Amino acid sequence: MGNKQTIFTDEQLDAYQDCTFFTRKEILRLHGRYHELAPHLVPMDYTKEPDCKVPLALIVNMPELKENPFRNRIVESFSEDGMGNLSFNEFVDMFSVLSETAPRELKAIYAFKIYDFNVDNYLCKEDLEKTLNRLTKEELTPEEVVLVCEKTIEEADLDGDNKLSFADFENMILRAPDFLSTFHIRI
Amino acid sequence: MEVDTVFFTDHSGRVNSNPLLDQLPSYQSLLYRRKSSTAGPKRKGSSKARRSSSGSGKWAVNTVNRNEEKQKTLTLQRPIRELAKSMAEKRRNKTQCLENDQGLSSWRQWKQNTGRHLRRLRDDAQEWLSYLQLWRGDIHLIEGMFGTGILSYFSFLRFLVMLNLIIFVLVFSFVMLPIIIAPHAGGNITYNQNDGSNCSVYPSSARRGLVNFHEHITDLLSGGGFLEQTYLFYGYYKADKIHFPWTTYNLPLAYLLATVAYLFLSLVWIVKRSATGFKRNLIQDEDRFQSFCNKIFAGWDFCITNENAARLKRSSLLYELKTDLEEERIKQKIADRTRKQKCRIYLIRFILNLFVIGVLAACFYSIYIATIFSQEAQMSTVKVNFIVDLIFEYLPSIVITMANFITPLLFSFIINFEDYSPAFEIRFTLMRCVFMRLTSIGVLLFSLWSQITNCEKGSCVCGYNDKLYSCWETRVGQEMYKLTIFDFIIIIAVTIFVEFPRKLIVNYCDCGLAKWWGQQEFSIPQNVLEIVYGQTICWIGTFYCPVLPAICTIKYFFIFYVKKVSLIKNCRPSTRPFRASSSNFFFLGVLLIGLLLACVPVTVSVAQINSSRACGPFVNYTTSWEVLPSTVSKLPQGIKGLLFALASEAFAVSFFVITCLAMFYVIALAGAHKRVINQLREQLVMEGRDKRFLIQKLCQAQKISAIRSPVSKSQPRTSRSSPSYHTSFSNNFDEAVFLAHSPPDSSTHV
Repeated sequence: MGNKQTIFTDEQLDAYQDCTFFTRKEILRLHGRYHELAPHLVPMDYTKEPDCKVPLALIVNMPELKENPFRNRIVESFSEDGMGNLSFNEFVDMFSVLSETAPRELKAIYAFKIYDFNVDNYLCKEDLEKTLNRLTKEELTPEEVVLVCEKTIEEADLDGDNKLSFADFENMILRAPDFLSTFHIRI
Repeated sequence: MEVDTVFFTDHSGRVNSNPLLDQLPSYQSLLYRRKSSTAGPKRKGSSKARRSSSGSGKWAVNTVNRNEEKQKTLTLQRPIRELAKSMAEKRRNKTQCLENDQGLSSWRQWKQNTGRHLRRLRDDAQEWLSYLQLWRGDIHLIEGMFGTGILSYFSFLRFLVMLNLIIFVLVFSFVMLPIIIAPHAGGNITYNQNDGSNCSVYPSSARRGLVNFHEHITDLLSGGGFLEQTYLFYGYYKADKIHFPWTTYNLPLAYLLATVAYLFLSLVWIVKRSATGFKRNLIQDEDRFQSFCNKIFAGWDFCITNENAARLKRSSLLYELKTDLEEERIKQKIADRTRKQKCRIYLIRFILNLFVIGVLAACFYSIYIATIFSQEAQMSTVKVNFIVDLIFEYLPSIVITMANFITPLLFSFIINFEDYSPAFEIRFTLMRCVFMRLTSIGVLLFSLWSQITNCEKGSCVCGYNDKLYSCWETRVGQEMYKLTIFDFIIIIAVTIFVEFPRKLIVNYCDCGLAKWWGQQEFSIPQNVLEIVYGQTICWIGTFYCPVLPAICTIKYFFIFYVKKVSLIKNCRPSTRPFRASSSNFFFLGVLLIGLLLACVPVTVSVAQINSSRACGPFVNYTTSWEVLPSTVSKLPQGIKGLLFALASEAFAVSFFVITCLAMFYVIALAGAHKRVINQLREQLVMEGRDKRFLIQKLCQAQKISAIRSPVSKSQPRTSRSSPSYHTSFSNNFDEAVFLAHSPPDSSTHV
């Protein structure tokens, strides 16, 4: 029970509590999960802020992410090097944004990043087609895919440029009734 | 790097964009919205540089600075964890905030510190409270396995358990507790006099002598015998007033007010719970609004951790998309219908609706006959044998259950011929099933009352048939009790005796029957109707059987585990997906309909039908409602005058008129807002097109002037650190700005 003292300093825990939507207990639990992913890589003592990153392949095999069709994109969106290797800060950040208490606007920002496969800050037709194919594992016929993408852009595109900018996406997703309940991961 | 790091994980991303667009006030305000105040000084530096270089851009930069001040104060007030920045930056922000705070006055510092501590306290309290939540672990498991649609059913069940518990606590503390503690607290109970007049004979129904074991079982299952004269039923509460040393407790008044209170409490709680869902459903003006976007971007349940569940979710999403595409096709088809086809369709629909009404009438009539037969069988002294007697007692329940089993199958078969769109088909069938379920209870009660007020010699002396029903409320309470018990038995029996064998047959037997029958589907609407039906019975029955809420709490508690096991072991979730957002609204809407339907019988029996003379708290009053006017007439003059004024017609009419006016105003306001939203949307599109057009013209003009003056080429470009939103940007604004590439046709960003 006195473990808490040796992993993080009190200031670090305070900082984490202020910068994420987790409580102290949850942060310690997250550290345990992070350590489980790569026990030889991740030190138990984080008081000196070690600089270690767990590779993408290990993170996407977590039970919470394993079945998610967007798991690669999720991890890539939160990693600073864009390759999907997460440090503990980024790991905590990821689950904090995806937790239940994170506000809609914050989730909308990261949802946009996740669905933007070619990272051009627009959701163009190719991004949508990739999203749809991941969702349905390519069981729709190509004509249906094109039709659905067209309808999606038609519904959400406000400035008429045939792709969704962040403003279009934000405007649409904040009013989607299921967004808040589906865009969260429990850990 | 001063640019927004959130957006640029990949530094090699490039966008064909126009540097002019970077200067637009709309883009600048978007950037500032994403940054916190600590990046402010750096930004000021860059904007100063720009200001020195562009005379024409001065007005834009001024607005930019004004915006920047506004955004700075706004972002300062937002908690750090809501900013979309990486963890390291957030921690830097936090330390910067703390340093800034050192400079503030001690009062401000104290305010900030207490704010921070309170926030942390609130988070911890919420976490602690969530551990107290019932079934937290089970629901988490179900969510991971089956997604949010089925989860909503189980959280609805949990809500009903809490509701029933609270209702029972309310009724217990105001009706039963005074009676129980009266002897211990020095209270003196005055009972209603059994003055031996015509209607006030209540023969005891306790069995005498040696009682067979199976008679105990009969009593337990039917609420008669040894259970009849207990706290369970209305007839036991004979107390009129309880005289405590410090006050007199008027039990009939408390009984009546507790009834009103629990109905009102249920109404308030349900409305509060459905408020968010209702608002959202109202805002979406068409039901097809954003349906594709919602499915693609918010369709996948990120909570799913189970492989089977993922597969199911994928197939249900696929099904939804295909259904939507088909809806579009059908809409097209409907629009193309000729007049002859329309007439034919309307005729078919009319005939089928008549058929549905006929089926409903037949069911209601059979319930009526069954009730009368059951009542007569209970009254007669000739007992055939144990099992047959029990069947006769439960005959109304059996008939209701069978009707509720057959009619949904019939309705879903009929709807195929009526040629509606798929979404409407589902909703319409559901409405019919809801109507059937909830009205069958009403029919049962109506037939009971017709029996109770039916005397041989014409009109009844006491207002009810006192020879057969010396205590009719207890009898009604017994019927409600039987309905509840039977409902519970059926749910468990169906799970054990129908679903388990079905699963065994389908899994291990390879015959045609197994293939045709298929595996059991967990159909959410039917399950919800089941528990709403049980809850409606509870609401009606609590007046006659005050312990019924406690029984229902226990019943729903066990149903949770039964359904959970059934779901995990037997069923696969329905391929017809049930969205979590609309489902909450649907559940609470049906529950509300049940509540309103439950109020009707209670109101009628309290206000219209004469209360029993032989039992219960309302012996000294004609109807149960009368206790209220008689109490009011004993109040002091001032309060009495006030209450009379509130109940007068003048007040009621003016209140009604004012409410209508307020509603009319609010509806008009909502319509106006909708119109404004549409106008603004069109305006946005137009502005976007204007912007693109102007920028194209500007770029063409620049190209022409650049071609004409080839001297001003190859200026050193100070490129921004990250190329995503900006391309190379020159600080020299005097010459024409080069573009590294021609502007594409559609390159707008906000």
